[in-house]
Amino acid sequence: MFYATLEGLRRFKIPHKFEFVSIISLYAQWIREGRLNVDSSWNSDGLKFTVQDPCKLVRQGLGDAVAEDLRYVIKKVAGEENFIDVWPRLSNNYCCGGGGGALQAGFVENRRKYGKLKFDQLAATGADVVITPCHNCHTQVLDICDFYGGKWKTTHLWNWLEKALIIDGSAGRAGKD
Amino acid sequence: MQEKHIDLEKIRAAVKQKIEKAVPEANINYCLTCGLCASGCPATGLENMDPRKFLRLLVLGQDKEILETDWIYACTMCQRCRYACPMAIDVGRIVYEIRGMRPREERPKNLQRSCDLQRKNNSTGIPNEDFVWVVGDVLEEVRENEPQWKDLTAPIDKKGAEYYLNQNAKEPTVEPEEMVPLWKILHAAGIDWTYSSEWWDGANYCLFTGDPEDWEYTVRKQAEVVDSLGCRYYINTE
Repeated sequence: MFYATLEGLRRFKIPHKFEFVSIISLYAQWIREGRLNVDSSWNSDGLKFTVQDPCKLVRQGLGDAVAEDLRYVIKKVAGEENFIDVWPRLSNNYCCGGGGGALQAGFVENRRKYGKLKFDQLAATGADVVITPCHNCHTQVLDICDFYGGKWKTTHLWNWLEKALIIDGSAGRAGKD
Repeated sequence: MQEKHIDLEKIRAAVKQKIEKAVPEANINYCLTCGLCASGCPATGLENMDPRKFLRLLVLGQDKEILETDWIYACTMCQRCRYACPMAIDVGRIVYEIRGMRPREERPKNLQRSCDLQRKNNSTGIPNEDFVWVVGDVLEEVRENEPQWKDLTAPIDKKGAEYYLNQNAKEPTVEPEEMVPLWKILHAAGIDWTYSSEWWDGANYCLFTGDPEDWEYTVRKQAEVVDSLGCRYYINTE
Protein backbone atom coordinates (compact mmCIF):
# COMPACT_ATOMS: atom_id res chain seq x y z
CA MET A 1 0.00 0.00 0.00
CA PHE A 2 1.31 3.38 -1.01
CA TYR A 3 0.72 5.02 2.38
CA ALA A 4 2.43 2.21 4.30
CA THR A 5 5.73 2.96 2.59
CA LEU A 6 5.26 6.72 2.19
CA GLU A 7 4.33 7.28 5.82
CA GLY A 8 6.81 4.67 7.05
CA LEU A 9 9.69 6.53 5.37
CA ARG A 10 8.41 9.78 6.85
CA ARG A 11 7.47 8.73 10.37
CA PHE A 12 10.58 6.67 11.06
CA LYS A 13 12.86 9.08 9.18
CA ILE A 14 14.29 6.25 7.11
CA PRO A 15 17.15 7.50 4.97
CA HIS A 16 16.75 6.81 1.24
CA LYS A 17 18.02 8.16 -2.05
CA PHE A 18 15.09 7.17 -4.30
CA GLU A 19 11.91 9.07 -5.02
CA PHE A 20 8.77 7.15 -4.06
CA VAL A 21 6.17 7.28 -6.85
CA SER A 22 2.87 5.71 -7.86
CA ILE A 23 2.38 3.70 -11.03
CA ILE A 24 -0.88 5.61 -11.59
CA SER A 25 0.90 8.99 -11.79
CA LEU A 26 3.45 7.42 -14.14
CA TYR A 27 0.79 5.97 -16.48
CA ALA A 28 -0.72 9.43 -16.79
CA GLN A 29 2.65 11.09 -17.25
CA TRP A 30 3.77 8.59 -19.90
CA ILE A 31 0.51 8.95 -21.83
CA ARG A 32 0.73 12.77 -21.71
CA GLU A 33 4.33 12.62 -22.92
CA GLY A 34 3.40 10.29 -25.77
CA ARG A 35 5.70 7.66 -24.33
CA LEU A 36 2.77 5.31 -23.89
CA ASN A 37 0.37 5.23 -26.83
CA VAL A 38 -3.17 4.13 -26.12
CA ASP A 39 -6.52 4.43 -27.81
CA SER A 40 -10.03 3.38 -26.90
CA SER A 41 -11.06 1.94 -30.28
CA TRP A 42 -11.16 -1.56 -28.74
CA ASN A 43 -14.20 -0.42 -26.73
CA SER A 44 -16.60 -0.35 -29.65
CA ASP A 45 -19.34 -1.86 -27.48
CA GLY A 46 -19.13 1.14 -25.17
CA LEU A 47 -18.40 -0.70 -21.93
CA LYS A 48 -18.98 1.77 -19.10
CA PHE A 49 -16.26 2.24 -16.48
CA THR A 50 -16.19 3.59 -12.97
CA VAL A 51 -13.50 3.66 -10.33
CA GLN A 52 -12.58 3.13 -6.69
CA ASP A 53 -10.19 5.70 -5.18
CA PRO A 54 -7.87 3.68 -2.91
CA CYS A 55 -7.61 5.50 0.46
CA LYS A 56 -3.98 4.57 0.86
CA LEU A 57 -3.10 6.10 -2.50
CA VAL A 58 -5.47 9.08 -2.62
CA ARG A 59 -6.70 10.55 0.68
CA GLN A 60 -3.72 9.24 2.68
CA GLY A 61 -1.21 9.34 -0.15
CA LEU A 62 -0.92 11.76 -3.04
CA GLY A 63 -4.33 13.42 -2.74
CA ASP A 64 -6.70 14.55 -5.48
CA ALA A 65 -3.95 14.89 -8.09
CA VAL A 66 -3.38 11.15 -8.34
CA ALA A 67 -7.14 10.50 -8.34
CA GLU A 68 -7.46 12.86 -11.31
CA ASP A 69 -4.57 11.04 -13.01
CA LEU A 70 -6.43 7.79 -12.45
CA ARG A 71 -9.51 9.18 -14.20
CA TYR A 72 -7.41 10.64 -17.01
CA VAL A 73 -5.90 7.21 -17.73
CA ILE A 74 -9.26 5.40 -17.60
CA LYS A 75 -10.79 7.93 -20.00
CA LYS A 76 -7.87 7.55 -22.43
CA VAL A 77 -8.13 3.78 -22.24
CA ALA A 78 -11.91 3.30 -22.30
CA GLY A 79 -13.09 6.48 -24.02
CA GLU A 80 -14.04 9.75 -22.34
CA GLU A 81 -17.76 9.10 -22.89
CA ASN A 82 -17.51 5.70 -21.23
CA PHE A 83 -16.43 6.88 -17.81
CA ILE A 84 -19.04 7.43 -15.11
CA ASP A 85 -17.73 8.93 -11.90
CA VAL A 86 -18.80 8.02 -8.38
CA TRP A 87 -19.99 10.37 -5.66
CA PRO A 88 -18.42 11.19 -3.24
CA ARG A 89 -15.10 11.00 -5.04
CA LEU A 90 -11.35 11.72 -4.91
CA SER A 91 -10.09 12.36 -1.37
CA ASN A 92 -13.67 12.37 -0.10
CA ASN A 93 -14.49 8.91 -1.43
CA TYR A 94 -15.51 6.11 0.93
CA CYS A 95 -13.13 3.35 1.88
CA CYS A 96 -14.18 0.04 0.29
CA GLY A 97 -14.05 -1.69 3.68
CA GLY A 98 -11.24 -4.07 2.77
CA GLY A 99 -8.45 -1.81 3.98
CA GLY A 100 -6.72 -1.48 7.32
CA GLY A 101 -6.26 -5.23 7.50
CA ALA A 102 -10.04 -5.86 7.43
CA LEU A 103 -9.64 -8.60 4.81
CA GLN A 104 -7.19 -10.42 7.06
CA ALA A 105 -8.73 -9.67 10.46
CA GLY A 106 -11.65 -12.07 9.93
CA PHE A 107 -14.70 -10.04 11.01
CA VAL A 108 -16.48 -10.93 7.79
CA GLU A 109 -19.97 -9.72 8.73
CA ASN A 110 -18.65 -6.32 9.79
CA ARG A 111 -16.56 -6.06 6.65
CA ARG A 112 -19.54 -6.72 4.40
CA LYS A 113 -21.81 -4.34 6.29
CA TYR A 114 -19.12 -1.71 5.95
CA GLY A 115 -18.93 -2.45 2.23
CA LYS A 116 -22.67 -1.96 1.65
CA LEU A 117 -22.16 1.79 1.28
CA LYS A 118 -19.48 1.14 -1.34
CA PHE A 119 -21.72 -1.38 -3.09
CA ASP A 120 -24.62 1.08 -3.31
CA GLN A 121 -22.34 3.85 -4.51
CA LEU A 122 -20.80 1.73 -7.27
CA ALA A 123 -24.10 0.13 -8.29
CA ALA A 124 -25.63 3.61 -8.68
CA THR A 125 -23.20 4.37 -11.52
CA GLY A 126 -24.57 1.46 -13.56
CA ALA A 127 -21.03 0.81 -14.81
CA ASP A 128 -20.01 -2.51 -16.37
CA VAL A 129 -16.47 -2.32 -15.01
CA VAL A 130 -15.09 -1.10 -11.68
CA ILE A 131 -11.39 -0.25 -11.74
CA THR A 132 -9.70 -1.02 -8.43
CA PRO A 133 -6.02 -0.06 -8.54
CA CYS A 134 -5.25 -1.60 -5.13
CA HIS A 135 -5.25 -5.28 -4.16
CA ASN A 136 -7.29 -4.78 -0.99
CA CYS A 137 -9.91 -2.74 -2.86
CA HIS A 138 -9.91 -5.34 -5.61
CA THR A 139 -10.59 -8.25 -3.27
CA GLN A 140 -13.22 -6.35 -1.26
CA VAL A 141 -15.08 -4.92 -4.29
CA LEU A 142 -15.14 -8.40 -5.89
CA ASP A 143 -16.57 -9.82 -2.68
CA ILE A 144 -19.27 -7.20 -2.07
CA CYS A 145 -20.30 -7.35 -5.75
CA ASP A 146 -20.81 -11.08 -5.39
CA PHE A 147 -22.38 -10.90 -1.93
CA TYR A 148 -24.92 -8.15 -2.71
CA GLY A 149 -25.63 -9.38 -6.23
CA GLY A 150 -23.87 -6.74 -8.35
CA LYS A 151 -23.36 -7.19 -12.08
CA TRP A 152 -20.11 -5.37 -12.73
CA LYS A 153 -16.67 -6.78 -13.46
CA THR A 154 -13.98 -5.83 -10.92
CA THR A 155 -10.48 -5.42 -12.36
CA HIS A 156 -7.12 -3.75 -12.04
CA LEU A 157 -6.27 -0.91 -14.41
CA TRP A 158 -3.39 -2.66 -16.15
CA ASN A 159 -5.63 -5.23 -17.87
CA TRP A 160 -7.41 -2.50 -19.84
CA LEU A 161 -4.31 -0.44 -20.40
CA GLU A 162 -2.76 -3.49 -22.03
CA LYS A 163 -5.83 -3.83 -24.28
CA ALA A 164 -5.56 -0.18 -25.34
CA LEU A 165 -1.81 -0.20 -26.07
CA ILE A 166 -0.70 0.81 -29.54
CA ILE A 167 2.69 -0.56 -30.49
CA ASP A 168 4.36 0.36 -33.76
CA GLY A 169 1.08 1.66 -35.04
CA SER A 170 -0.87 -1.49 -34.21
CA ALA A 171 -2.85 -2.52 -31.22
CA GLY A 172 -1.00 -4.43 -28.48
CA ARG A 173 -3.93 -6.78 -28.25
CA ALA A 174 -3.40 -7.97 -31.86
CA GLY A 175 -3.20 -11.74 -31.97
CA LYS A 176 -4.87 -12.01 -28.59
CA ASP A 177 -8.48 -12.47 -27.37
CA MET B 1 -12.15 17.39 55.80
CA GLN B 2 -14.78 16.21 53.41
CA GLU B 3 -14.84 12.62 52.41
CA LYS B 4 -14.01 11.78 48.82
CA HIS B 5 -17.25 12.10 46.80
CA ILE B 6 -16.04 11.42 43.32
CA ASP B 7 -14.07 8.34 42.45
CA LEU B 8 -11.52 9.79 40.06
CA GLU B 9 -10.09 6.36 39.38
CA LYS B 10 -12.89 5.75 36.89
CA ILE B 11 -12.03 8.77 34.80
CA ARG B 12 -8.29 8.63 34.94
CA ALA B 13 -8.19 8.15 31.20
CA ALA B 14 -4.87 6.33 31.21
CA VAL B 15 -5.31 5.30 27.57
CA LYS B 16 -5.97 8.88 26.54
CA GLN B 17 -2.84 10.03 28.33
CA LYS B 18 -0.78 7.35 26.64
CA ILE B 19 -2.05 8.38 23.22
CA GLU B 20 -1.53 12.07 23.88
CA LYS B 21 2.04 11.32 24.75
CA ALA B 22 2.64 9.13 21.71
CA VAL B 23 0.73 11.30 19.23
CA PRO B 24 0.58 14.95 20.34
CA GLU B 25 -0.91 15.90 16.96
CA ALA B 26 -3.96 13.66 17.48
CA ASN B 27 -5.84 16.74 18.86
CA ILE B 28 -7.98 14.60 21.15
CA ASN B 29 -9.21 17.49 23.30
CA TYR B 30 -10.35 19.59 20.35
CA CYS B 31 -13.46 17.51 19.60
CA LEU B 32 -16.58 19.67 19.15
CA THR B 33 -18.79 16.57 19.29
CA CYS B 34 -20.38 17.70 16.02
CA GLY B 35 -20.64 14.18 14.60
CA LEU B 36 -19.37 14.88 11.09
CA CYS B 37 -17.00 11.95 11.57
CA ALA B 38 -19.75 9.50 12.49
CA SER B 39 -22.19 10.61 9.80
CA GLY B 40 -19.67 9.98 7.03
CA CYS B 41 -18.15 6.78 8.37
CA PRO B 42 -19.05 3.39 6.84
CA ALA B 43 -18.12 1.74 10.15
CA THR B 44 -20.71 3.73 12.10
CA GLY B 45 -23.00 1.33 13.94
CA LEU B 46 -20.71 -1.68 13.73
CA GLU B 47 -19.96 -3.15 17.17
CA ASN B 48 -22.41 -0.52 18.47
CA MET B 49 -19.74 2.12 17.93
CA ASP B 50 -18.83 5.08 15.74
CA PRO B 51 -15.84 7.47 15.61
CA ARG B 52 -17.53 10.15 17.72
CA LYS B 53 -18.59 7.71 20.42
CA PHE B 54 -15.18 6.10 20.35
CA LEU B 55 -13.53 9.45 20.98
CA ARG B 56 -15.98 10.34 23.80
CA LEU B 57 -15.26 7.03 25.52
CA LEU B 58 -11.56 7.75 25.24
CA VAL B 59 -11.82 11.33 26.52
CA LEU B 60 -14.06 10.26 29.40
CA GLY B 61 -11.65 7.57 30.50
CA GLN B 62 -13.70 4.53 29.64
CA ASP B 63 -10.51 2.60 29.10
CA LYS B 64 -11.97 -0.86 29.44
CA GLU B 65 -14.46 -0.26 26.60
CA ILE B 66 -11.79 1.33 24.44
CA LEU B 67 -9.35 -1.54 24.90
CA GLU B 68 -11.93 -4.28 24.50
CA THR B 69 -14.03 -3.17 21.56
CA ASP B 70 -13.46 -5.01 18.28
CA TRP B 71 -14.52 -1.84 16.51
CA ILE B 72 -10.81 -1.11 16.14
CA TYR B 73 -10.89 -3.82 13.45
CA ALA B 74 -14.14 -2.61 11.88
CA CYS B 75 -12.55 0.82 11.41
CA THR B 76 -10.20 0.55 8.42
CA MET B 77 -8.12 3.55 9.53
CA CYS B 78 -9.10 5.18 6.22
CA GLN B 79 -8.96 8.68 7.75
CA ARG B 80 -12.08 9.95 6.02
CA CYS B 81 -13.24 11.19 9.44
CA ARG B 82 -10.05 13.18 9.82
CA TYR B 83 -10.66 14.62 6.35
CA ALA B 84 -14.18 15.69 7.37
CA CYS B 85 -13.34 16.86 10.91
CA PRO B 86 -13.21 20.65 11.43
CA MET B 87 -10.55 20.09 14.09
CA ALA B 88 -8.57 17.48 12.11
CA ILE B 89 -8.83 14.86 14.84
CA ASP B 90 -7.20 11.70 13.65
CA VAL B 91 -9.34 8.82 14.87
CA GLY B 92 -7.57 6.45 12.47
CA ARG B 93 -4.29 7.21 14.15
CA ILE B 94 -5.83 6.66 17.57
CA VAL B 95 -7.21 3.30 16.41
CA TYR B 96 -3.72 2.38 15.22
CA GLU B 97 -2.28 3.13 18.66
CA ILE B 98 -4.98 1.10 20.39
CA ARG B 99 -4.47 -1.86 18.05
CA GLY B 100 -0.85 -1.78 19.16
CA MET B 101 -1.91 -1.94 22.82
CA ARG B 102 -3.48 -5.38 22.27
CA PRO B 103 -1.11 -8.15 23.23
CA ARG B 104 0.08 -9.95 20.09
CA GLU B 105 -1.62 -13.21 21.04
CA GLU B 106 -5.00 -11.45 21.33
CA ARG B 107 -4.89 -9.81 17.92
CA PRO B 108 -6.72 -11.25 14.91
CA LYS B 109 -4.58 -14.25 13.97
CA ASN B 110 -4.44 -13.86 10.21
CA LEU B 111 -3.71 -10.16 10.41
CA GLN B 112 -0.79 -10.73 12.76
CA ARG B 113 0.33 -13.63 10.58
CA SER B 114 0.44 -11.43 7.45
CA CYS B 115 2.74 -9.04 9.29
CA ASP B 116 4.88 -11.81 10.79
CA LEU B 117 5.36 -13.29 7.32
CA GLN B 118 6.15 -9.89 5.88
CA ARG B 119 8.80 -9.39 8.54
CA LYS B 120 10.46 -12.52 7.24
CA ASN B 121 10.15 -11.33 3.66
CA ASN B 122 6.68 -11.15 2.10
CA SER B 123 3.06 -11.34 3.18
CA THR B 124 2.15 -14.71 1.65
CA GLY B 125 5.36 -16.36 2.79
CA ILE B 126 6.50 -17.81 -0.54
CA PRO B 127 10.28 -18.31 -0.70
CA ASN B 128 12.27 -15.72 -2.67
CA GLU B 129 13.48 -18.46 -5.03
CA ASP B 130 9.86 -19.21 -5.92
CA PHE B 131 9.19 -15.58 -6.74
CA VAL B 132 12.24 -15.46 -9.01
CA TRP B 133 11.29 -18.75 -10.63
CA VAL B 134 7.65 -17.78 -11.24
CA VAL B 135 8.64 -14.48 -12.85
CA GLY B 136 11.06 -16.28 -15.17
CA ASP B 137 8.59 -19.02 -16.01
CA VAL B 138 5.70 -16.68 -16.81
CA LEU B 139 7.98 -14.46 -18.87
CA GLU B 140 9.24 -17.40 -20.91
CA GLU B 141 5.70 -18.49 -21.64
CA VAL B 142 4.69 -15.05 -22.92
CA ARG B 143 7.80 -14.75 -25.08
CA GLU B 144 7.12 -18.14 -26.65
CA ASN B 145 3.39 -17.81 -27.14
CA GLU B 146 2.99 -14.16 -28.10
CA PRO B 147 5.34 -13.31 -30.97
CA GLN B 148 4.79 -9.55 -30.66
CA TRP B 149 6.14 -9.76 -27.12
CA LYS B 150 9.18 -11.94 -27.86
CA ASP B 151 11.48 -9.21 -26.46
CA LEU B 152 9.52 -8.70 -23.24
CA THR B 153 11.67 -8.53 -20.10
CA ALA B 154 11.13 -8.79 -16.35
CA PRO B 155 14.51 -7.95 -14.82
CA ILE B 156 15.37 -8.88 -11.23
CA ASP B 157 18.22 -7.27 -9.25
CA LYS B 158 19.30 -5.15 -12.22
CA LYS B 159 21.73 -2.65 -10.70
CA GLY B 160 21.36 0.92 -11.81
CA ALA B 161 17.90 0.49 -13.36
CA GLU B 162 16.06 3.80 -13.34
CA TYR B 163 12.90 2.40 -11.78
CA TYR B 164 12.43 -0.15 -9.03
CA LEU B 165 9.07 -1.93 -9.11
CA ASN B 166 7.55 -3.68 -6.11
CA GLN B 167 5.14 -6.58 -6.47
CA ASN B 168 2.14 -7.50 -4.38
CA ALA B 169 2.73 -11.07 -3.24
CA LYS B 170 -0.73 -12.18 -4.33
CA GLU B 171 0.20 -12.43 -8.01
CA PRO B 172 3.30 -14.63 -7.88
CA THR B 173 1.55 -16.77 -5.27
CA VAL B 174 -1.90 -17.35 -6.78
CA GLU B 175 -2.37 -15.55 -10.12
CA PRO B 176 1.01 -15.08 -11.79
CA GLU B 177 -0.48 -14.18 -15.20
CA GLU B 178 -1.71 -10.93 -13.61
CA MET B 179 1.89 -9.68 -13.53
CA VAL B 180 2.16 -9.69 -17.32
CA PRO B 181 0.05 -6.63 -18.28
CA LEU B 182 2.28 -4.31 -16.27
CA TRP B 183 5.45 -5.79 -17.78
CA LYS B 184 3.99 -5.13 -21.23
CA ILE B 185 3.08 -1.55 -20.33
CA LEU B 186 6.60 -0.86 -19.01
CA HIS B 187 8.08 -2.45 -22.11
CA ALA B 188 5.86 -0.40 -24.42
CA ALA B 189 6.87 2.80 -22.62
CA GLY B 190 10.56 1.84 -22.88
CA ILE B 191 11.12 1.90 -19.14
CA ASP B 192 14.37 0.68 -17.59
CA TRP B 193 13.12 -1.14 -14.50
CA THR B 194 13.84 -3.96 -12.10
CA TYR B 195 12.33 -6.11 -9.39
CA SER B 196 14.35 -7.24 -6.40
CA SER B 197 14.80 -10.85 -5.30
CA GLU B 198 14.51 -9.71 -1.68
CA TRP B 199 11.91 -7.57 0.11
CA TRP B 200 9.99 -7.32 -3.16
CA ASP B 201 6.49 -7.30 -1.61
CA GLY B 202 5.03 -3.83 -1.27
CA ALA B 203 1.86 -4.78 0.60
CA ASN B 204 3.17 -4.06 4.09
CA TYR B 205 0.55 -5.43 6.48
CA CYS B 206 2.62 -4.41 9.49
CA LEU B 207 0.94 -1.00 9.24
CA PHE B 208 -2.28 -2.65 10.42
CA THR B 209 -1.22 -4.62 13.48
CA GLY B 210 -0.21 -1.52 15.40
CA ASP B 211 3.45 -2.27 16.15
CA PRO B 212 5.64 0.56 14.90
CA GLU B 213 8.81 -1.56 15.21
CA ASP B 214 7.46 -4.14 12.74
CA TRP B 215 6.28 -1.48 10.31
CA GLU B 216 9.57 0.39 10.50
CA TYR B 217 11.57 -2.79 10.03
CA THR B 218 9.79 -3.80 6.81
CA VAL B 219 9.94 -0.31 5.27
CA ARG B 220 13.61 0.01 6.21
CA LYS B 221 14.43 -3.31 4.54
CA GLN B 222 12.63 -2.22 1.35
CA ALA B 223 14.41 1.12 1.31
CA GLU B 224 17.82 -0.55 1.76
CA VAL B 225 17.17 -2.90 -1.14
CA VAL B 226 16.08 -0.13 -3.50
CA ASP B 227 19.05 2.05 -2.60
CA SER B 228 21.45 -0.87 -2.98
CA LEU B 229 20.15 -1.35 -6.52
CA GLY B 230 20.75 2.34 -7.12
CA CYS B 231 17.30 3.04 -8.58
CA ARG B 232 16.20 6.65 -8.88
CA TYR B 233 12.50 5.89 -8.51
CA TYR B 234 10.65 3.37 -6.39
CA ILE B 235 7.33 2.55 -8.05
CA ASN B 236 4.49 1.39 -5.87
CA THR B 237 1.74 -0.34 -7.83
CA GLU B 238 -1.15 0.46 -5.50
